[in-house]
Amino acid sequence: MLVDDHTLTEEGLDARGGDPARVLVLACGALAREILALFKINKWDHMDLTCLPAKYHLYPEKIVDAVEQAVAKHCETYSQIFIAYADCGTGGLLQAKCEELGVEMIAGPHCYSFFEGNEVFAQTSEDEITAFYLTDFLVKQFDAFIMKPMGLDRHPELRDMYFGNYTKMVYQAQTNDPALDAKAVECAAKLGLPLERRFTGYGDLQAALAEIKAPD
Amino acid sequence: MSDEEDIILSELSDDELVPQMHDDLYDGLKEEIEESVNILLERGWQPYDVLTKALVEGMRIVGIDFRDGILFVPEVLLAANAMKGGMAILKPLLAETGAPRLGNMVIGTVKGDIHDIGKNLVTMMMEGAGFEVVDLGINNPVENYIEALESGEFDILGMSALLTTTMPYMKVVIDTMVEKGMRDDYTVLVGGAPLNEEFGKAIGADAYCRDAAVAVETAKEFMAKKHNQMSA
Ligand code: B12
Repeated sequence: MLVDDHTLTEEGLDARGGDPARVLVLACGALAREILALFKINKWDHMDLTCLPAKYHLYPEKIVDAVEQAVAKHCETYSQIFIAYADCGTGGLLQAKCEELGVEMIAGPHCYSFFEGNEVFAQTSEDEITAFYLTDFLVKQFDAFIMKPMGLDRHPELRDMYFGNYTKMVYQAQTNDPALDAKAVECAAKLGLPLERRFTGYGDLQAALAEIKAPD
Repeated sequence: MSDEEDIILSELSDDELVPQMHDDLYDGLKEEIEESVNILLERGWQPYDVLTKALVEGMRIVGIDFRDGILFVPEVLLAANAMKGGMAILKPLLAETGAPRLGNMVIGTVKGDIHDIGKNLVTMMMEGAGFEVVDLGINNPVENYIEALESGEFDILGMSALLTTTMPYMKVVIDTMVEKGMRDDYTVLVGGAPLNEEFGKAIGADAYCRDAAVAVETAKEFMAKKHNQMSA
Protein backbone atom coordinates (compact mmCIF):
# COMPACT_ATOMS: atom_id res chain seq x y z
CA MET A 1 0.00 0.00 0.00
CA LEU A 2 1.35 3.39 -0.96
CA VAL A 3 0.40 5.65 1.94
CA ASP A 4 -1.49 5.45 5.21
CA ASP A 5 -5.03 6.71 5.80
CA HIS A 6 -3.86 9.67 7.84
CA THR A 7 -1.82 10.97 4.91
CA LEU A 8 -4.75 10.43 2.55
CA THR A 9 -6.92 12.49 4.87
CA GLU A 10 -4.54 15.37 5.41
CA GLU A 11 -2.36 15.55 2.33
CA GLY A 12 -3.70 13.31 -0.39
CA LEU A 13 -1.49 11.36 -2.75
CA ASP A 14 0.87 12.57 -5.45
CA ALA A 15 1.01 10.89 -8.83
CA ARG A 16 4.38 9.58 -9.85
CA GLY A 17 5.83 11.01 -13.02
CA GLY A 18 3.26 11.50 -15.72
CA ASP A 19 2.81 10.01 -19.12
CA PRO A 20 0.71 11.26 -22.03
CA ALA A 21 -0.08 7.67 -22.95
CA ARG A 22 -1.81 7.13 -19.62
CA VAL A 23 -4.94 8.50 -17.94
CA LEU A 24 -4.72 10.31 -14.62
CA VAL A 25 -7.49 9.68 -12.12
CA LEU A 26 -7.72 12.72 -9.83
CA ALA A 27 -9.63 11.54 -6.79
CA CYS A 28 -10.78 12.37 -3.28
CA GLY A 29 -8.34 10.82 -0.79
CA ALA A 30 -11.26 8.89 0.69
CA LEU A 31 -11.39 6.83 -2.54
CA ALA A 32 -7.68 6.07 -2.94
CA ARG A 33 -7.69 2.49 -1.67
CA GLU A 34 -10.86 1.60 -3.51
CA ILE A 35 -9.53 2.97 -6.79
CA LEU A 36 -6.18 1.23 -6.41
CA ALA A 37 -8.04 -2.00 -5.63
CA LEU A 38 -10.11 -1.58 -8.80
CA PHE A 39 -6.98 -0.93 -10.88
CA LYS A 40 -5.58 -4.19 -9.59
CA ILE A 41 -8.69 -6.39 -9.82
CA ASN A 42 -9.48 -5.22 -13.34
CA LYS A 43 -5.88 -5.00 -14.50
CA TRP A 44 -6.41 -1.39 -15.51
CA ASP A 45 -2.79 -0.54 -16.03
CA HIS A 46 -3.40 2.46 -18.27
CA MET A 47 -4.34 4.66 -15.30
CA ASP A 48 -2.44 6.52 -12.57
CA LEU A 49 -3.92 7.87 -9.40
CA THR A 50 -3.44 11.16 -7.61
CA CYS A 51 -5.55 12.33 -4.66
CA LEU A 52 -6.59 15.53 -2.99
CA PRO A 53 -6.83 15.50 0.82
CA ALA A 54 -9.91 13.58 1.95
CA LYS A 55 -10.59 16.22 4.59
CA TYR A 56 -11.94 18.55 1.89
CA HIS A 57 -15.07 16.48 2.45
CA LEU A 58 -15.69 18.75 5.44
CA TYR A 59 -14.86 21.90 3.47
CA PRO A 60 -16.53 21.34 0.10
CA GLU A 61 -16.00 24.99 -0.77
CA LYS A 62 -12.32 24.10 -1.27
CA ILE A 63 -12.87 21.25 -3.71
CA VAL A 64 -13.55 23.17 -6.92
CA ASP A 65 -10.42 25.35 -6.74
CA ALA A 66 -8.28 22.42 -5.65
CA VAL A 67 -9.48 20.32 -8.58
CA GLU A 68 -8.87 23.16 -11.01
CA GLN A 69 -5.33 23.65 -9.71
CA ALA A 70 -4.57 19.94 -9.84
CA VAL A 71 -5.86 19.70 -13.41
CA ALA A 72 -3.69 22.67 -14.36
CA LYS A 73 -0.69 20.98 -12.77
CA HIS A 74 -1.16 17.62 -14.46
CA CYS A 75 -2.62 18.50 -17.85
CA GLU A 76 0.86 19.02 -19.32
CA THR A 77 1.93 15.47 -18.55
CA TYR A 78 -1.34 13.59 -19.02
CA SER A 79 -3.46 13.87 -22.12
CA GLN A 80 -6.54 12.73 -20.22
CA ILE A 81 -7.68 13.35 -16.64
CA PHE A 82 -10.73 11.86 -14.92
CA ILE A 83 -12.17 13.46 -11.76
CA ALA A 84 -13.13 10.80 -9.22
CA TYR A 85 -15.45 13.02 -7.23
CA ALA A 86 -19.22 13.23 -7.13
CA ASP A 87 -20.82 16.60 -6.39
CA CYS A 88 -19.81 16.29 -2.71
CA GLY A 89 -21.74 19.36 -1.61
CA THR A 90 -20.37 21.79 -4.18
CA GLY A 91 -23.93 22.51 -5.26
CA GLY A 92 -23.25 21.76 -8.92
CA LEU A 93 -20.14 23.96 -9.08
CA LEU A 94 -17.75 21.03 -9.52
CA GLN A 95 -19.81 19.75 -12.44
CA ALA A 96 -19.74 23.21 -14.01
CA LYS A 97 -15.96 23.47 -13.51
CA CYS A 98 -15.38 20.02 -15.03
CA GLU A 99 -17.40 20.98 -18.07
CA GLU A 100 -15.36 24.16 -18.40
CA LEU A 101 -12.11 22.19 -18.11
CA GLY A 102 -13.32 19.50 -20.48
CA VAL A 103 -12.91 16.64 -17.99
CA GLU A 104 -15.36 13.96 -16.87
CA MET A 105 -16.42 13.31 -13.28
CA ILE A 106 -18.52 10.73 -11.42
CA ALA A 107 -22.27 11.23 -11.56
CA GLY A 108 -24.28 11.60 -8.37
CA PRO A 109 -24.41 13.65 -5.18
CA HIS A 110 -21.76 11.90 -3.02
CA CYS A 111 -19.86 8.66 -2.47
CA TYR A 112 -22.62 7.09 -0.33
CA SER A 113 -24.84 7.37 -3.37
CA PHE A 114 -22.44 6.04 -6.01
CA PHE A 115 -21.23 3.15 -3.87
CA GLU A 116 -24.83 2.04 -3.46
CA GLY A 117 -25.44 2.83 -7.13
CA ASN A 118 -26.97 6.24 -7.86
CA GLU A 119 -30.27 4.83 -9.09
CA VAL A 120 -30.77 2.53 -6.14
CA PHE A 121 -29.70 5.21 -3.68
CA ALA A 122 -32.19 7.70 -5.08
CA GLN A 123 -34.95 5.16 -4.30
CA THR A 124 -33.79 3.77 -0.97
CA SER A 125 -32.60 7.03 0.57
CA GLU A 126 -36.18 8.31 0.68
CA ASP A 127 -36.91 5.67 3.30
CA GLU A 128 -33.59 6.25 5.02
CA ILE A 129 -33.61 9.96 5.69
CA THR A 130 -32.54 9.42 9.29
CA ALA A 131 -29.64 7.11 8.43
CA PHE A 132 -26.01 8.09 8.84
CA TYR A 133 -23.79 6.36 6.28
CA LEU A 134 -20.27 5.05 6.64
CA THR A 135 -17.97 3.65 3.97
CA ASP A 136 -14.85 1.51 4.46
CA PHE A 137 -12.75 4.65 4.53
CA LEU A 138 -14.99 6.40 7.03
CA VAL A 139 -15.04 3.38 9.32
CA LYS A 140 -11.24 3.44 9.34
CA GLN A 141 -11.09 7.21 9.71
CA PHE A 142 -14.14 7.65 11.93
CA ASP A 143 -12.29 9.55 14.64
CA ALA A 144 -10.54 11.83 12.14
CA PHE A 145 -13.71 12.58 10.17
CA ILE A 146 -16.49 12.54 12.73
CA MET A 147 -15.40 12.50 16.37
CA LYS A 148 -12.63 15.08 16.13
CA PRO A 149 -13.91 17.66 13.61
CA MET A 150 -17.38 17.59 15.18
CA GLY A 151 -15.73 18.14 18.56
CA LEU A 152 -17.26 14.99 20.03
CA ASP A 153 -13.91 13.91 21.46
CA ARG A 154 -13.75 17.09 23.54
CA HIS A 155 -17.48 17.72 24.00
CA PRO A 156 -19.43 14.46 24.10
CA GLU A 157 -22.45 16.47 25.24
CA LEU A 158 -22.83 17.75 21.67
CA ARG A 159 -23.73 14.30 20.38
CA ASP A 160 -27.47 14.76 20.46
CA MET A 161 -27.27 18.16 18.81
CA TYR A 162 -25.62 16.45 15.85
CA PHE A 163 -27.22 13.03 15.88
CA GLY A 164 -30.40 13.45 17.91
CA ASN A 165 -32.52 13.01 14.78
CA TYR A 166 -30.72 9.93 13.48
CA THR A 167 -32.15 6.44 13.99
CA LYS A 168 -29.47 4.19 12.52
CA MET A 169 -25.99 3.91 11.11
CA VAL A 170 -25.66 2.19 7.76
CA TYR A 171 -22.24 0.77 6.99
CA GLN A 172 -21.94 0.49 3.22
CA ALA A 173 -19.16 -2.06 2.96
CA GLN A 174 -16.94 -1.95 -0.11
CA THR A 175 -15.10 -5.08 0.99
CA ASN A 176 -15.74 -8.02 3.30
CA ASP A 177 -13.36 -7.44 6.16
CA PRO A 178 -14.19 -8.68 9.66
CA ALA A 179 -11.82 -6.12 11.19
CA LEU A 180 -13.79 -3.28 9.60
CA ASP A 181 -17.08 -4.86 10.63
CA ALA A 182 -15.88 -4.88 14.21
CA LYS A 183 -14.73 -1.28 13.95
CA ALA A 184 -18.12 -0.26 12.51
CA VAL A 185 -19.77 -1.73 15.60
CA GLU A 186 -17.57 0.52 17.73
CA CYS A 187 -18.43 3.56 15.60
CA ALA A 188 -22.16 2.94 15.98
CA ALA A 189 -21.73 2.56 19.73
CA LYS A 190 -19.94 5.90 19.92
CA LEU A 191 -22.97 7.60 18.40
CA GLY A 192 -25.45 5.40 20.26
CA LEU A 193 -27.05 4.23 17.01
CA PRO A 194 -28.04 0.73 15.88
CA LEU A 195 -25.88 -0.54 13.03
CA GLU A 196 -26.94 -2.00 9.71
CA ARG A 197 -24.29 -3.44 7.44
CA ARG A 198 -24.86 -3.52 3.71
CA PHE A 199 -22.37 -4.85 1.18
CA THR A 200 -22.26 -2.43 -1.75
CA GLY A 201 -18.94 -3.25 -3.37
CA TYR A 202 -17.65 -0.41 -5.53
CA GLY A 203 -20.99 0.39 -7.15
CA ASP A 204 -20.94 3.10 -9.79
CA LEU A 205 -17.29 3.90 -9.06
CA GLN A 206 -16.34 0.70 -10.83
CA ALA A 207 -18.68 1.46 -13.73
CA ALA A 208 -17.37 5.01 -14.10
CA LEU A 209 -13.71 3.93 -14.17
CA ALA A 210 -14.47 1.08 -16.55
CA GLU A 211 -15.57 3.66 -19.13
CA ILE A 212 -12.11 5.20 -19.24
CA LYS A 213 -10.18 4.03 -22.26
CA ALA A 214 -6.45 4.41 -22.78
CA PRO A 215 -5.62 7.48 -24.90
CA ASP A 216 -4.75 6.51 -28.48
CA MET B 1 -9.49 33.29 23.15
CA SER B 2 -9.23 34.62 26.68
CA ASP B 3 -7.13 33.40 29.54
CA GLU B 4 -9.65 33.83 32.26
CA GLU B 5 -7.74 32.92 35.36
CA ASP B 6 -10.35 33.45 38.04
CA ILE B 7 -12.16 36.41 36.56
CA ILE B 8 -14.97 37.42 38.87
CA LEU B 9 -17.65 38.58 36.47
CA SER B 10 -19.58 40.66 38.99
CA GLU B 11 -16.48 42.72 39.74
CA LEU B 12 -16.08 43.83 36.13
CA SER B 13 -17.39 47.22 35.06
CA ASP B 14 -19.97 47.29 32.28
CA ASP B 15 -17.25 48.30 29.84
CA GLU B 16 -15.23 45.25 30.80
CA LEU B 17 -18.09 42.82 31.19
CA VAL B 18 -19.53 43.20 27.69
CA PRO B 19 -16.26 42.33 25.89
CA GLN B 20 -15.79 39.54 28.43
CA MET B 21 -19.19 38.21 27.37
CA HIS B 22 -18.09 38.31 23.73
CA ASP B 23 -15.07 36.19 24.74
CA ASP B 24 -17.22 33.81 26.80
CA LEU B 25 -19.63 33.36 23.90
CA TYR B 26 -16.68 32.70 21.60
CA ASP B 27 -15.51 30.04 24.05
CA GLY B 28 -19.01 28.59 24.40
CA LEU B 29 -19.23 29.17 28.14
CA LYS B 30 -22.95 28.90 28.79
CA GLU B 31 -22.94 29.32 32.57
CA GLU B 32 -20.73 32.38 32.42
CA ILE B 33 -23.04 33.93 29.83
CA GLU B 34 -26.10 33.25 31.95
CA GLU B 35 -24.38 34.77 34.97
CA SER B 36 -23.31 37.87 33.04
CA VAL B 37 -26.77 38.38 31.57
CA ASN B 38 -28.18 38.38 35.09
CA ILE B 39 -25.51 40.79 36.29
CA LEU B 40 -26.32 43.31 33.55
CA LEU B 41 -30.05 43.00 34.24
CA GLU B 42 -29.44 43.61 37.94
CA ARG B 43 -27.46 46.68 37.02
CA GLY B 44 -30.57 48.00 35.33
CA TRP B 45 -29.75 47.22 31.69
CA GLN B 46 -32.67 46.93 29.32
CA PRO B 47 -33.12 43.31 28.19
CA TYR B 48 -32.96 44.49 24.58
CA ASP B 49 -29.56 46.11 25.16
CA VAL B 50 -28.19 42.98 26.82
CA LEU B 51 -29.41 40.99 23.86
CA THR B 52 -28.02 43.19 21.11
CA LYS B 53 -24.84 44.60 22.65
CA ALA B 54 -23.66 41.49 24.46
CA LEU B 55 -25.18 38.38 22.86
CA VAL B 56 -25.93 39.29 19.25
CA GLU B 57 -22.69 41.21 18.87
CA GLY B 58 -20.77 38.27 20.35
CA MET B 59 -22.38 35.84 17.92
CA ARG B 60 -21.65 38.21 15.06
CA ILE B 61 -17.95 37.87 15.85
CA VAL B 62 -18.30 34.07 16.01
CA GLY B 63 -20.05 34.17 12.63
CA ILE B 64 -17.22 36.12 11.03
CA ASP B 65 -14.58 33.71 12.28
CA PHE B 66 -16.66 30.74 11.08
CA ARG B 67 -16.97 32.32 7.66
CA ASP B 68 -13.22 32.92 7.58
CA GLY B 69 -12.45 29.33 8.53
CA ILE B 70 -10.98 30.19 11.95
CA LEU B 71 -13.77 28.37 13.80
CA PHE B 72 -15.48 25.15 12.72
CA VAL B 73 -18.86 23.61 13.45
CA PRO B 74 -18.41 22.51 17.11
CA GLU B 75 -17.25 25.94 18.23
CA VAL B 76 -20.26 27.50 16.55
CA LEU B 77 -22.56 24.97 18.22
CA LEU B 78 -21.07 25.66 21.64
CA ALA B 79 -21.35 29.40 21.15
CA ALA B 80 -24.95 29.02 20.00
CA ASN B 81 -25.67 26.94 23.10
CA ALA B 82 -24.25 29.62 25.33
CA MET B 83 -26.29 32.29 23.58
CA LYS B 84 -29.39 30.15 23.92
CA GLY B 85 -28.85 30.09 27.67
CA GLY B 86 -28.74 33.87 27.76
CA MET B 87 -31.72 34.20 25.43
CA ALA B 88 -33.83 31.97 27.65
CA ILE B 89 -33.41 34.48 30.47
CA LEU B 90 -34.09 37.47 28.23
CA LYS B 91 -37.01 36.20 26.15
CA PRO B 92 -39.83 36.66 28.68
CA LEU B 93 -38.41 40.05 29.65
CA LEU B 94 -38.16 41.26 26.06
CA ALA B 95 -41.87 40.89 25.50
CA GLU B 96 -42.66 42.75 28.75
CA THR B 97 -40.33 45.63 28.01
CA GLY B 98 -41.68 46.27 24.54
CA ALA B 99 -38.56 45.42 22.57
CA PRO B 100 -38.93 46.19 18.85
CA ARG B 101 -40.79 43.57 16.78
CA LEU B 102 -39.66 43.61 13.19
CA GLY B 103 -41.75 40.87 11.63
CA ASN B 104 -42.76 37.22 11.64
CA MET B 105 -40.99 34.32 9.98
CA VAL B 106 -41.53 30.62 9.30
CA ILE B 107 -38.35 28.59 8.87
CA GLY B 108 -37.58 24.93 8.23
CA THR B 109 -35.15 22.47 6.63
CA VAL B 110 -36.62 20.95 3.46
CA LYS B 111 -37.83 17.40 2.87
CA GLY B 112 -35.14 14.72 2.80
CA ASP B 113 -32.69 16.84 4.75
CA ILE B 114 -32.09 16.67 8.48
CA HIS B 115 -29.19 19.13 8.78
CA ASP B 116 -30.32 21.79 11.23
CA ILE B 117 -27.33 23.55 12.79
CA GLY B 118 -27.33 26.42 10.29
CA LYS B 119 -31.10 26.78 10.39
CA ASN B 120 -31.08 26.90 14.19
CA LEU B 121 -28.43 29.57 14.12
CA VAL B 122 -30.44 31.66 11.66
CA THR B 123 -33.51 31.24 13.89
CA MET B 124 -31.62 32.46 16.90
CA MET B 125 -30.08 35.47 15.17
CA MET B 126 -33.44 36.44 13.64
CA GLU B 127 -35.01 36.25 17.09
CA GLY B 128 -32.11 38.27 18.44
CA ALA B 129 -32.81 40.93 15.83
CA GLY B 130 -36.46 41.17 16.84
CA PHE B 131 -38.24 38.72 14.55
CA GLU B 132 -40.78 36.23 15.82
CA VAL B 133 -39.80 32.87 14.34
CA VAL B 134 -41.80 29.66 14.01
CA ASP B 135 -39.32 26.83 13.47
CA LEU B 136 -40.76 23.81 11.65
CA GLY B 137 -37.64 21.72 12.28
CA ILE B 138 -36.26 19.28 9.71
CA ASN B 139 -37.47 17.18 6.77
CA ASN B 140 -40.43 19.38 5.83
CA PRO B 141 -42.72 18.55 2.91
CA VAL B 142 -44.34 21.47 1.12
CA GLU B 143 -47.60 21.00 3.07
CA ASN B 144 -45.87 21.93 6.33
CA TYR B 145 -44.67 25.25 4.98
CA ILE B 146 -48.02 26.15 3.43
CA GLU B 147 -49.98 25.18 6.53
CA ALA B 148 -47.68 27.16 8.79
CA LEU B 149 -47.82 30.27 6.59
CA GLU B 150 -51.60 30.06 6.43
CA SER B 151 -51.89 29.66 10.19
CA GLY B 152 -50.90 33.22 11.06
CA GLU B 153 -49.60 36.58 9.94
CA PHE B 154 -46.18 35.93 8.47
CA ASP B 155 -43.86 38.11 6.43
CA ILE B 156 -40.97 35.79 5.65
CA LEU B 157 -40.46 32.17 4.68
CA GLY B 158 -36.99 30.73 5.23
CA MET B 159 -35.84 27.40 3.83
CA SER B 160 -32.59 25.58 4.56
CA ALA B 161 -30.89 22.73 2.64
CA LEU B 162 -27.40 21.26 2.99
CA LEU B 163 -27.65 18.48 0.44
CA THR B 164 -27.39 18.80 -3.33
CA THR B 165 -30.23 16.30 -3.52
CA THR B 166 -32.59 18.34 -1.34
CA MET B 167 -31.94 21.90 -2.49
CA PRO B 168 -34.17 21.56 -5.59
CA TYR B 169 -37.10 20.89 -3.26
CA MET B 170 -37.12 24.58 -2.41
CA LYS B 171 -38.43 25.19 -5.90
CA VAL B 172 -41.29 22.77 -5.27
CA VAL B 173 -42.32 24.88 -2.29
CA ILE B 174 -42.02 28.17 -4.17
CA ASP B 175 -43.90 26.81 -7.19
CA THR B 176 -46.70 25.61 -4.90
CA MET B 177 -46.90 29.08 -3.36
CA VAL B 178 -47.21 30.53 -6.86
CA GLU B 179 -49.98 28.07 -7.76
CA LYS B 180 -51.86 29.01 -4.63
CA GLY B 181 -51.51 32.70 -5.44
CA MET B 182 -49.68 33.36 -2.18
CA ARG B 183 -46.10 33.77 -3.38
CA ASP B 184 -46.19 37.56 -3.45
CA ASP B 185 -47.44 37.78 0.12
CA TYR B 186 -44.10 36.63 1.48
CA THR B 187 -40.40 37.27 1.25
CA VAL B 188 -38.69 33.95 0.58
CA LEU B 189 -35.13 33.62 1.89
CA VAL B 190 -33.05 30.50 1.24
CA GLY B 191 -29.73 29.29 2.61
CA GLY B 192 -27.39 26.38 3.25
CA ALA B 193 -23.78 25.76 2.33
CA PRO B 194 -24.21 24.24 -1.18
CA LEU B 195 -26.55 27.01 -2.37
CA ASN B 196 -25.47 30.15 -4.14
CA GLU B 197 -26.91 33.39 -5.42
CA GLU B 198 -27.57 32.03 -8.88
CA PHE B 199 -29.50 29.07 -7.51
CA GLY B 200 -31.62 31.36 -5.35
CA LYS B 201 -32.55 33.40 -8.42
CA ALA B 202 -33.21 30.33 -10.56
CA ILE B 203 -35.77 28.89 -8.15
CA GLY B 204 -37.54 32.21 -7.66
CA ALA B 205 -36.51 33.03 -4.09
CA ASP B 206 -36.24 36.68 -3.08
CA ALA B 207 -32.74 36.20 -1.76
CA TYR B 208 -30.02 33.69 -0.99
CA CYS B 209 -28.27 34.44 2.30
CA ARG B 210 -24.72 33.24 2.87
CA ASP B 211 -24.97 33.29 6.64
CA ALA B 212 -27.11 34.29 9.61
CA ALA B 213 -25.82 37.87 9.69
CA VAL B 214 -26.70 38.35 6.02
CA ALA B 215 -30.09 36.72 6.68
CA VAL B 216 -30.86 39.32 9.37
CA GLU B 217 -29.75 42.25 7.21
CA THR B 218 -31.68 40.96 4.21
CA ALA B 219 -34.83 40.37 6.25
CA LYS B 220 -34.62 43.89 7.66
CA GLU B 221 -34.24 45.37 4.17
CA PHE B 222 -37.28 43.52 2.88
CA MET B 223 -39.34 44.56 5.91
CA ALA B 224 -38.35 48.18 5.38
CA LYS B 225 -39.36 47.97 1.72
CA LYS B 226 -42.66 46.41 2.69
CA HIS B 227 -43.43 49.21 5.14
CA ASN B 228 -42.53 51.87 2.60
CA GLN B 229 -44.85 50.27 0.06
CA MET B 230 -47.67 50.10 2.58
CA SER B 231 -47.33 53.73 3.60
CA ALA B 232 -46.90 54.95 -0.01
C1 B12 C 1 -22.23 19.17 10.40
C2 B12 C 1 -22.56 18.33 9.19
C3 B12 C 1 -23.34 17.20 9.39
C4 B12 C 1 -23.93 16.80 10.75
C5 B12 C 1 -25.32 17.48 10.86
C6 B12 C 1 -25.80 17.69 12.26
C7 B12 C 1 -27.04 18.51 12.30
N1 B12 C 1 -27.81 18.31 13.33
O1 B12 C 1 -27.33 19.33 11.45
C8 B12 C 1 -23.98 15.27 10.57
C9 B12 C 1 -22.58 14.74 10.87
C10 B12 C 1 -25.00 14.53 11.40
C11 B12 C 1 -24.23 15.20 9.06
C12 B12 C 1 -24.95 14.22 8.42
C13 B12 C 1 -25.02 14.07 7.04
N2 B12 C 1 -24.36 14.81 6.14
CO1 B12 C 1 -23.51 16.47 6.57
N3 B12 C 1 -22.40 17.93 6.83
C14 B12 C 1 -22.08 18.68 7.88
C15 B12 C 1 -21.08 19.79 7.51
C16 B12 C 1 -19.68 19.31 7.88
C17 B12 C 1 -21.35 21.15 8.12
C18 B12 C 1 -22.79 21.67 8.04
C19 B12 C 1 -23.05 22.66 9.15
O2 B12 C 1 -23.76 22.36 10.11
N4 B12 C 1 -22.40 23.81 9.10
C20 B12 C 1 -22.48 24.83 10.14
C21 B12 C 1 -23.59 25.83 9.87
C22 B12 C 1 -23.51 26.99 10.88
O3 B12 C 1 -23.44 26.34 8.58
P1 B12 C 1 -24.55 26.16 7.44
O4 B12 C 1 -25.32 24.94 7.68
O5 B12 C 1 -23.94 26.38 6.13
O6 B12 C 1 -25.55 27.38 7.76
C23 B12 C 1 -25.23 28.75 7.56
C24 B12 C 1 -25.55 29.27 6.15
O7 B12 C 1 -25.51 28.27 5.16
C25 B12 C 1 -26.87 29.95 6.28
N5 B12 C 1 -28.12 29.19 6.23
C26 B12 C 1 -28.35 27.88 6.46
N6 B12 C 1 -29.65 27.61 6.39
C27 B12 C 1 -30.29 28.74 6.13
C28 B12 C 1 -31.66 29.01 5.94
C29 B12 C 1 -32.06 30.31 5.67
C30 B12 C 1 -33.50 30.61 5.52
C31 B12 C 1 -31.09 31.34 5.53
C32 B12 C 1 -31.51 32.69 5.22
C33 B12 C 1 -29.72 31.06 5.71
C34 B12 C 1 -29.33 29.77 6.01
O8 B12 C 1 -26.77 30.51 7.58
C35 B12 C 1 -26.18 29.54 8.46
C36 B12 C 1 -25.56 30.21 9.63
O9 B12 C 1 -24.57 31.15 9.28
C37 B12 C 1 -21.27 19.84 5.95
C38 B12 C 1 -20.08 20.34 5.14
C39 B12 C 1 -20.00 21.85 5.15
N7 B12 C 1 -18.86 22.35 5.48
O10 B12 C 1 -20.98 22.53 4.88
C40 B12 C 1 -21.63 18.39 5.65
C41 B12 C 1 -22.46 18.00 4.37
C42 B12 C 1 -23.51 19.06 4.12
N8 B12 C 1 -23.09 16.74 4.72
C43 B12 C 1 -23.12 15.94 3.74
C44 B12 C 1 -23.68 14.63 3.79
C45 B12 C 1 -23.54 13.81 2.55
C46 B12 C 1 -24.30 14.16 4.94
C47 B12 C 1 -24.90 12.75 5.13
C48 B12 C 1 -25.67 12.15 3.97
C49 B12 C 1 -23.64 11.93 5.49
C50 B12 C 1 -23.77 10.52 5.94
N9 B12 C 1 -22.60 9.98 6.21
O11 B12 C 1 -24.82 9.94 6.07
C51 B12 C 1 -25.79 12.99 6.37
C52 B12 C 1 -27.16 13.60 5.96
C53 B12 C 1 -28.39 12.93 6.37
C54 B12 C 1 -29.62 13.71 5.96
N10 B12 C 1 -30.61 13.03 5.45
O12 B12 C 1 -29.71 14.91 6.06
C55 B12 C 1 -22.47 16.51 2.50
C56 B12 C 1 -23.45 16.90 1.40
C57 B12 C 1 -22.99 16.41 0.04
C58 B12 C 1 -23.98 16.70 -1.03
N11 B12 C 1 -23.68 16.32 -2.25
O13 B12 C 1 -25.02 17.23 -0.82
C59 B12 C 1 -21.60 17.65 3.09
C60 B12 C 1 -21.36 18.80 2.14
C61 B12 C 1 -20.26 16.98 3.48
C62 B12 C 1 -19.62 16.25 2.30
N12 B12 C 1 -18.77 16.89 1.53
O14 B12 C 1 -19.89 15.09 2.09
N13 B12 C 1 -23.68 16.24 8.45
